[in-house]
Amino acid sequence: MTGRAYAWEVRKLAAQRRTYLGLAAAAVAPIVLVVAIRVRPPHPTDPGSPFFLRYAVDSGLAVPLLMLLFASVWLFPLVAALVAGDIVAAEDGNRTLKTILTRSAGRGAIFVAKVAAAFTYVLAALLTMVVTSLVAGGLSSGIHPLPTFSTVVSPSRALLLIAGSFAVYALPALGIAAIAVLFSTISRNSAAAVVGTLLAALLMQLTQILPVLDSGAAQRWMLTTQLQAWQALFRTPLDWAPVLHAAYISVVYAVPALAVAWVHFLRRDVAG
Amino acid sequence: MTAAAPVELRGLRKTYGELVAVDDVTLTVAAGDVYGYLGPNGAGKTTSLRMMLGLITPTEGEVRLFGEDPIADPVAALADVAGFVEEPAFYPYLTGRRNLELLAALDGSDGERIDEVLRLVELDGRAGDRVRGYSHGMRQRLGLAAALMRRPRLLLLDEPTTGLDPAGMRDMRDLVRRLAGEGITILLSTHLMSEVEQLCNRLAIIQLGRIRYEGELADLVARADGRYRLDATDPARAAEICRATPGIRDVSEEDGSVRFAAGAAAAATVSVRLAQDGIGVRALVPGGRSLEERFFEITEGEG
Repeated sequence: MTGRAYAWEVRKLAAQRRTYLGLAAAAVAPIVLVVAIRVRPPHPTDPGSPFFLRYAVDSGLAVPLLMLLFASVWLFPLVAALVAGDIVAAEDGNRTLKTILTRSAGRGAIFVAKVAAAFTYVLAALLTMVVTSLVAGGLSSGIHPLPTFSTVVSPSRALLLIAGSFAVYALPALGIAAIAVLFSTISRNSAAAVVGTLLAALLMQLTQILPVLDSGAAQRWMLTTQLQAWQALFRTPLDWAPVLHAAYISVVYAVPALAVAWVHFLRRDVAG
Repeated sequence: MTAAAPVELRGLRKTYGELVAVDDVTLTVAAGDVYGYLGPNGAGKTTSLRMMLGLITPTEGEVRLFGEDPIADPVAALADVAGFVEEPAFYPYLTGRRNLELLAALDGSDGERIDEVLRLVELDGRAGDRVRGYSHGMRQRLGLAAALMRRPRLLLLDEPTTGLDPAGMRDMRDLVRRLAGEGITILLSTHLMSEVEQLCNRLAIIQLGRIRYEGELADLVARADGRYRLDATDPARAAEICRATPGIRDVSEEDGSVRFAAGAAAAATVSVRLAQDGIGVRALVPGGRSLEERFFEITEGEG
């Protein structure tokens, strides 16, 4: 039953405009970045610019990595929140929860299907971003060897590392989606859930600049910090510690968020 | 072993803080009943229905649908049950047919009955339109289609004719009658007494969350037997004559009519005396109190 409910959650997402809004943002952002790089090319020796930006003119393979870097500030939390924050609350908005909860699928199956659909969407948006980045970067700068923090890797090795980077990036991105599902379930209001998720992500990022916090230690526990963990893959020898830490922190955030949302969804009165 | 009743409510109570929405509701809907759940707006009908469908948890008491608890195991309890509370709700961005396909999938069905139920509610011509463009009446009919798709043995309908035009109301009532004729037990929540009179064999009257009457519709109306409504050319003088006639009791004047209780012989005597007194009788109607009047007697504390 969960499988059928999941299939329908995906079909419902496919029928809504907001789904394409997020996917379009994930697809358009790399193109905007590539155009910006073409208009104002960065200088390879500029120490103020992000590492991969310095090489974006030489190799289009730097573009997906730049997107991961830039999207982690607000774009991807927004894309994740846009759908995950809506997935339960929209049922309240449409008053359809009573319609689906009086059929033969239990509340647990419906909730699992919704979480799985939200996660599917996040992964689809990431995939969209990586594909568009590769195409746009490739067309603009060509597919050439990519400098890393320690060495220069071949295009095939770079593609492997890019795939790994997106996989590592997906972990905290799914964590953010889990928080959005929690807000969506508890607030019963799509806008509140989307804004709440964005605020939570921004508050976590604020730990970088608040002097009152030992920002280094605090940041280690912030979910948004884990959106940078993929960079460890570009060191030689490969450093797995930040990747494992990112996985751990993602689970630490996602599991309680989903557990609270689950209990709330199973026990709540559907009175609207 | 006796089969469990389609609906059994025992001491059902729901509170929201200080507000008591449903208070100690006990009733049984037997197989084959078309059961009216009658009460004014805000009486607790919809809250009761939500508890029956497992959507909200009772504060106290229990609900059983065919012997199963819809709170503890909604999937088992609702296996033979369908219906809707308030206005049926659907995904506005999906077509009517897509909505039914989704609900069929959640029932574990391939939706083989979709065409049949769409035809039944006369929505087959608009099934390809998005629900956001549907009128209230079309949504009501789609709600009924969604319910019937499950081949239920029990239908719980909350104000199914609300917001429909007269033709729509007639069609909905005809459909309910037809479904009842097919042996489906129906619990019909409504504030329309005419609906209960036309469709139901049993009813409960609920007011301020409490059941005021529960039983056969015929029994309730029978309590009005022996009553008469008299329309005369001089109501005040007619009332005096009634009061002076042996065997006539409970005489009152309401809305220009005289109402009284009497045996058939006493009523005949009154008509003769009125004529002798030169008072014209426009109407002398037995069973002078309708369900509506009985309803108000009960809910206003006279029953």
